[in-house]
Amino acid sequence: MPTLTDVTAAGVIDSANPSRSRSWATGIRRVATLASWIVVFIGAAAVLVPIAWMLGTSFRSEADLFADPARLWPSEPTLGGFRRVWSELPFVRLAINSVVFALGTTILLVFIDSLAGYALARLRFRGRRLALWLVIGCLMIPFQVTLIPTFELINRLGWLNTYHGLIVPRMASAFGIFFLRQFFATIPRELDEAALIDGASHLQIYRAIAIPLAKPALAALFVIHFMNLWNDFLWPMVMTTDPDMRTLPAGLTLFAGQHVTDHAVVMAGAVISLAPLALAFLVAQRYFVQGIATTGFK
Amino acid sequence: MFVTPAAVVLGVFVVYPIVRTLWMSLHDWSLSGRNTEWVGLENYRQLVHDGRFWNAVRVTSVYTMFAVSAQLALGLALAYRLRQTTWLSSIVRSAYFFPTIAALSTMGLVWRFILDPQIGLINAWTGAVGLASPEWLRSTTWALPAVIVVGIWKNVGLTMLVIVSALQGVPPELEEAAQLDGANAWERFRHVLVPSIRPALLFVSVINTIASLQLFDLVFSMTRGGPLFRTETLVAYMYERGFRDFRFGYAAAISWVLFAVIMLVSVVQLRVFRDADVD
Repeated sequence: MPTLTDVTAAGVIDSANPSRSRSWATGIRRVATLASWIVVFIGAAAVLVPIAWMLGTSFRSEADLFADPARLWPSEPTLGGFRRVWSELPFVRLAINSVVFALGTTILLVFIDSLAGYALARLRFRGRRLALWLVIGCLMIPFQVTLIPTFELINRLGWLNTYHGLIVPRMASAFGIFFLRQFFATIPRELDEAALIDGASHLQIYRAIAIPLAKPALAALFVIHFMNLWNDFLWPMVMTTDPDMRTLPAGLTLFAGQHVTDHAVVMAGAVISLAPLALAFLVAQRYFVQGIATTGFK
Repeated sequence: MFVTPAAVVLGVFVVYPIVRTLWMSLHDWSLSGRNTEWVGLENYRQLVHDGRFWNAVRVTSVYTMFAVSAQLALGLALAYRLRQTTWLSSIVRSAYFFPTIAALSTMGLVWRFILDPQIGLINAWTGAVGLASPEWLRSTTWALPAVIVVGIWKNVGLTMLVIVSALQGVPPELEEAAQLDGANAWERFRHVLVPSIRPALLFVSVINTIASLQLFDLVFSMTRGGPLFRTETLVAYMYERGFRDFRFGYAAAISWVLFAVIMLVSVVQLRVFRDADVD
């Protein structure tokens, strides 16, 4: 691997021929920087084109779309797609199911994971190291791999097409436990030792010290998991057979999987299911970015 | 008391099912679970001779190889350009990141329409400049490349963000020292910045690899695995065998193979991380 000496050697050669070559080099570098910025801008615009197309098409009539597919925006905006999405799909049900599944699971998950994370960071109990290793082991098991027996189990319990069937198996996450354990471990021990001396129980320390200090980590975990569950497709599709129990992504994708006669309806559905996350992203971008950039989890 | 709820959920819905996946894969197991018959390694023996399985392995590997390397290269390039936080670079970063927050399955629908030969944007635009386009998702040649590009589109912003936050953690003195020594921008990038963020680059590659190996939503909504199974990934094949044919034992064997591959990647990851730490 080239080291600093190579780099300095290059520098010596560079400074051997003075100002003329340097001003040339500066010029070229400026042009290159400008060019790279232009490429980055065009790329950013290109990345947003499909989103814009989705939004535009949700307001277009089928005739308008076939007449000029090259346009992003409708010539005559119509709300037909948004109106028909309620009549062609059990859309209110899908939306309610999505909220119950994503929000319910996330709230339970953050609570359960924070309890376990606290215990693994602070409590001394038998098998603590083993428990931590088990959590790390579970981190490596994606639900796709265990889908077959989980389905069988849910089926045997009679939990298919129920909210608890959707929620209970997902309401603890090895990732969340590990993430919060690492966070709780950074809280200075003196804080809870002082509280222990004052006679506080661990439950009180958890509530009064650990949770308030962990708010940013909890918010990041909440945002990541909510987004993940809201967008989840395979899990709700497998665990529900009744069209009235599906979530937005599953209901919409299965609807569009049959013959699509109206693109605006599907795109209107897509816009509505993206809207809450897009709104949350605009308001709480910090938490999305922090949570996702530090964990790489999506 | 603190760990009980988590232990019950993880035990019943993660640990027990992974063991049971192995158990089921050693049986001829139907939906009812009543006519199960111990078959030993028969399912695995069949897998070895199953052309559709090897096709799924090939599709998954091709997708993973291209998507992961493109996301890393593009993510690194974008992160380098956008690493300073100004209002402008924040906006541009948000634009690249935006597709990450959308559902993969619904974005698959959007792209399926955009790539449609009749109403799609892509063929309309290429037609307008006089280029002939293939029927992307109906073409046995172009369907997989199209899915790969959409996968990259969906994830490159995430990769970029992880690398940006790593780049911002590199002490500026390192780069300044190299600059004083006369290193040009490329040399500083190659010999100062990239080595300093190596753990982040490895981390994001492993995350992307594991996610790519599990690809399902996108192919389900874009192509349903077609045309002629050209985009059928391992999870898609597992789904078909399990939830279309209800051959649970066979599907469990596919799951277990996938799990072994993911474990292997994770173990390699841990080793690489340890080695990187020693550096």
